[in-house]
Amino acid sequence: MTTITFQIHDGSEQPIEAETGIPLMEAAVENDVPGIDGDCGGMAACATCHVYVDEAWCQKLGERTPAERAMLENSFDVQENSRLACQIPVTEELDGLRVEVAPS
Amino acid sequence: MPASDPTATALTSADTLPSETTETTETTETTETTETRAARRAAEALAQVEVARGSRTAASAERLEDIRTRPLEQLDPGSPSAFRDESVFAKFERLRREDPVHFTPAEHTRMGAYWSLTTWEHIMAADTDPETFSADAGIAMRPEPGEGDASLADAYEDPAERAASSQDGPTSQTAQTNHDAQPFQIQSLLSMDPPEHDLHRQIVAPGVAPTRLTDLEPLIRERAQKILDGLPIGEEFDWVDLVSKELTAMTLATLLNFPQEHRRRLTDWSDAVTAIAGPGQAIETPEERVAAMGEFFATLMGVLESRRAEEPGLDFASLLAHSPHTGEFTKAQLFGDLVVLLVGGNDTTRNTITGSLYALSRWPEQFAKLRSGEAKIPSMVSETIRWQTPLTHMMRVATKDTELGGKTIRKGDRVALWYISGNRDTAVIEDPDEFIIDRKNPRRHISFGFGIHRCLGNRLAELQLRIIWEEILVRFPEIHVVEEPVRTFDNFVRGYESMRVLIPRRNAAEAR
Repeated sequence: MTTITFQIHDGSEQPIEAETGIPLMEAAVENDVPGIDGDCGGMAACATCHVYVDEAWCQKLGERTPAERAMLENSFDVQENSRLACQIPVTEELDGLRVEVAPS
Repeated sequence: MPASDPTATALTSADTLPSETTETTETTETTETTETRAARRAAEALAQVEVARGSRTAASAERLEDIRTRPLEQLDPGSPSAFRDESVFAKFERLRREDPVHFTPAEHTRMGAYWSLTTWEHIMAADTDPETFSADAGIAMRPEPGEGDASLADAYEDPAERAASSQDGPTSQTAQTNHDAQPFQIQSLLSMDPPEHDLHRQIVAPGVAPTRLTDLEPLIRERAQKILDGLPIGEEFDWVDLVSKELTAMTLATLLNFPQEHRRRLTDWSDAVTAIAGPGQAIETPEERVAAMGEFFATLMGVLESRRAEEPGLDFASLLAHSPHTGEFTKAQLFGDLVVLLVGGNDTTRNTITGSLYALSRWPEQFAKLRSGEAKIPSMVSETIRWQTPLTHMMRVATKDTELGGKTIRKGDRVALWYISGNRDTAVIEDPDEFIIDRKNPRRHISFGFGIHRCLGNRLAELQLRIIWEEILVRFPEIHVVEEPVRTFDNFVRGYESMRVLIPRRNAAEAR
C-alpha cells in the first residue's frame, strides 16, 4: 500500500491507501475522492481525473503520455504540473505523493 | 419546433390512449372545482403513465421482425423514422451481435454509403484516434431527399425501409424534396482536427470553465425557480416549451451575453441548423434554412462586432472577439464556432431535461427512489444522459485504410460512431435498456463522446439538470406525463417536439 494525499476542492486533505499497480485514478475512485470521476475508465479520454502534482514529485512521475497530452491540450485550468491520474500507475516509490484535484 | 408532424401520431397511436376521452370529459364537466378536476386528471394520468411505460417501442411487430430478418447489408441504422418509433434499438441490438462494424452501401440508404460502429470498444477506439478518424467531414449524417413528392418518411428512407414502416400508417403531408443545402456542414471546432481544433477550443473554453459555472449556478437556480413557480397547476401543458426550452434558452443567451428577450430566437436558429427539412419540422424547406442561417450569421457577426468595442468578458462572442488569434480566423469559422457552441447547448440539454421526466414516469419505482432520497439527483442525471443519448452519433472520415473489428475501412470512407448503441452495449452497461438511476457506475456512458472533441459543456449540462430537479422535488409531489411525447424526426438529435404533462398540486409547504 502506498499513501497518497489528495487536496480536494474545499481545501481539505484526504489521504488514501492506494493499492500498488493500479492507476491512481482507480485508487481515488475506490476511495471516493471527490472531483475524481474517471468517466472514460482510464483511457485518458475524458480528463475527469485531472490533478496538479506537487512540484517536488513532478520529475519522479515522468512525462505525460501522448493521449494524455492531447487531452490536456483541450481541458480546463491546465498548468505545467497538470496530469491525468489515470495515466499515473501507483508504485511504492510514490509513497507520500501529494496531488491537488483540479476544478471540475 | 412545431409538433404537427402527422407521422408522429401515426407511429405512436397504438400506444397512446385516445385523446377524445379526455377532451370530452373536460368539456362536459365544467362545473368541477379546480381541485377535484386536478385529482381526477391525476388519476387518469396515472393510468396513462402505465400505458407509456409498456411502450418501450412504438414500432409494429412486422417492422421489428423485418429488422431482425432482412439481409444485413440492407440494414440502414441511419434512417430517421426508426429513431422516432424506437425500432432503431432493434437494429443496433442485431448489429452489435452480428455485425458490430457494419457497412451500409449507397443503394440501401439515403445517407450515402457509410460505416457504423456500434460497440463501446470500437466507438471509443475511433473517438480517441482523431488522426485516423478525422472530424473534418461534418459531424452529422444527413439524408438526401429522394425524388418527387413524398411523405417525410418516403423522402428520407431507403425504399425497403419505407415499405416496412408504411404499415405504421400513411401520411398525408408531403416533404420538400429539393436537394437541401447540407445542414450542419459548418466549419467549426467540432469539425476540425488538431492542432487547429485545439486552438479554437482553448479560446472559447473559459466560457464554460469550472469557475465560470460556479458563478452561473445561482443565476440558473433563480431562473429554474421562476420557471417552475409559473407552471400551471391542475391543467395540462407542454413541458418542452415551458420548461426544457425556456431554461436552456436562458442559459444560451447568457453564454452569448445576448438579450434575454430574444432568447428563443437562439433556440429557433439552432434548431434550424440541425433539423431535417420537411413538413412539421423546425424548417420545412431548404430555403427556410438558408434564410434562417442568413439571419443567424448577420446577428452573430453583429454581436462579435459590438463585443470588439466592449471590455473583454467571458461570453463566447467576447472570448472570440478579444483573442489575439482570431484575427486569422475566417468569418465562416467564427460563425461556425459560435453556432456549434449554441447548438451544442440547445437541443442536447433540452431533450435530456424532457427525457429525465419522461423516463422517470416510465419507471415510477425509480421516481420513488429519487423522491425518497434513496437515489441521488446527480446519479439520475447521468443515467438520463446515457439513456437519452441526446446526440445519437458523430460522423468521422477515415484518413487512411484501417482495420477495425476485422473489417477494412478505406481511406475516405465515412464512419458513424453510434453513441446511442454504445450506451446499450452489454459488454459495458448491465441491463442497458433499463433506466436505473442508482446503477453502480452511472457516469460510465458515452453520450459526451471521448477524446479531444468531448463535449465542452458537459458540466454545464449536468448543472442545469441537477438544479432543475432539485427545484422540482421541493415543489411538486407528483408530475404526470399524460401521453407519449411527440418525438423528433431525426437521426442525429434524439429528442422530443412536445410532451404533455400535468402537475396536480404543489407541496404543502410550497402552497402556503
